[in-house]
Amino acid sequence: MAAVQVCEAEKVYIMHGVRDDLRVDGRGCEDYRHMEIETDVVSNTDGSARVKLGYTDVLVGIKAEIGKPKPAAPDEGYLEFFVDCSANATPEFEGRGGEELGSELSCTLYKVFNNVNSLELRALCIAPREHCWVLYVDVLLLQCDGNLFDAISIAIKAALFNTRIPKVTITEGEEGGAELELSDDPYDCVRLNVENVPCIVTLCKIGHRHVVDATLQEKACSVAGLLVSVTHKGTITCVRKVGGGSLEPESIFEMTETGKRVGKALHAPLMKLLRDEEAQGKQRQKVGFLG
Amino acid sequence: MAAGLMRLPVFRKQETVSESNEKHLVVPGDVITSDTGFMRGHGTYMDEEKLTASVAGEVERVNKLICVRPLKTRFYGEVGDVVVGRITEVQQKRWKVETNSRLDSVLLLSSVNLPGGELRRRCAEDELAMRDYLQEGDLINAEVQSVFSDGALSLHTRSLKYGKLGQGVLVQVSPSLVKRQKTHFHNLPCGASIILGNNGYIWLYPTPGQQDEEAGGFHTSMEPVSLPDREVISRLRNCILALATHKVMLYDTSVLYCYESSRPHEIKDLLKPEVMEEVVMITRQRLVEQAG
Repeated sequence: MAAVQVCEAEKVYIMHGVRDDLRVDGRGCEDYRHMEIETDVVSNTDGSARVKLGYTDVLVGIKAEIGKPKPAAPDEGYLEFFVDCSANATPEFEGRGGEELGSELSCTLYKVFNNVNSLELRALCIAPREHCWVLYVDVLLLQCDGNLFDAISIAIKAALFNTRIPKVTITEGEEGGAELELSDDPYDCVRLNVENVPCIVTLCKIGHRHVVDATLQEKACSVAGLLVSVTHKGTITCVRKVGGGSLEPESIFEMTETGKRVGKALHAPLMKLLRDEEAQGKQRQKVGFLG
Repeated sequence: MAAGLMRLPVFRKQETVSESNEKHLVVPGDVITSDTGFMRGHGTYMDEEKLTASVAGEVERVNKLICVRPLKTRFYGEVGDVVVGRITEVQQKRWKVETNSRLDSVLLLSSVNLPGGELRRRCAEDELAMRDYLQEGDLINAEVQSVFSDGALSLHTRSLKYGKLGQGVLVQVSPSLVKRQKTHFHNLPCGASIILGNNGYIWLYPTPGQQDEEAGGFHTSMEPVSLPDREVISRLRNCILALATHKVMLYDTSVLYCYESSRPHEIKDLLKPEVMEEVVMITRQRLVEQAG
């Protein structure tokens, strides 16, 4: 992780600020930074989104390809995650520097998103045991300023909303086998139901309290945190402890409760924004990377 | 809570430059002049006999010499500059300090004040106790004592103004946005103090009550800062970032005006682009009024 150095006195200042519910940038403990979301930013993907959270900047692209279902779940499609830590984000990622963080991120994302409860994987199945859609989710970190998980999960949800998979028809082949036929019409496509896709809320324990959306400086003051993925109904789908320190059971309970509340509140504005953007359609000028 | 939290990105507005102080601004590749009678300075190169800019910034002319002063840059130190920096390494008889310049700066053991203000030659014991004074990650403010031939800076803290920094907030901006002034230490009337480092590192801290001179600048108080002080510091931090995003020169007056014009807004609202824009616009107006 891109670490910043923070001296003892600064840490004390940040910790006392969290205690008083006034963080260094004036936010309260449960406030997110300003977020900017745009979908359909990469034309050669089936769905893409870019999320800026403060100075954190992530780009997610989704490509759909036809593959073979996994033997354990023959009637389901599946997702593959790859997180690319670009050296643009921080020089530490140069060469193989970002690999560890990348695999940690993609592993967690796989756990959070690749299950029947968060996404209708059955809808991705074309022919049981034969063919299914595999969604390759590629995450690119363009800038890191803390709270990667939350930004990535929101970007994934937005990109999934934006994903359009071409319709497939199965016809009987000449030799008895099934033949797949992809629709040529770009508007003849399937959308994914993203209603149950969770958002991740990372809570960092600082002193006796916990904060959401920690900046890098705040993260440096925290030894342990909790990652909670929450659906729009407030159901928790995944909980993971992050960081080297330990947490008391009581504070884990408090943190999951906060995570639930904060995470639940994320979904409504996100969906509203995505629908608004879609309603504006081609009238809206894309900002992309030149804004 | 989430109202106005998420939004679609919008295009950056074209900033209108007031006509009274029109500046010659260039981007890399712009031809500054095709007249051959000029000398090539920093930030320029000769392209087919034409003087061309290699960085984005403002053209400066001194007689026949043409330079381009970049907007976004590392810190070019000059003797006497006030800097804020972070210790990155403790070495023999010296500390390495990160000061946003191209090379790490050095702070020699012989150019610091010893705790207690003792004046004597540094001995081996002092060398062993170096990490007790300043350790990795500590923030200091110092003055540039000299510049080495490779551009690295040598710092000194031989004054009670300088030394280790205690509780407060560091804000990092581009060095070209900090206006050079007689003093870079200000006790702002809004209740906090500010050190505007020439290297673009700005330190905000609660105004100290009474100076405890005998500590020699190595003692830091870990007492909690009061909530009103924190509010002022956080507001100042957001104001400075707002000014920096809109490329307004930073000095005591501009910071103070921005602070005053941000009063109607909540501190955390100052992170929103439209509030930033509004506050900076009012500040600009006031600065123009004051100047004219």
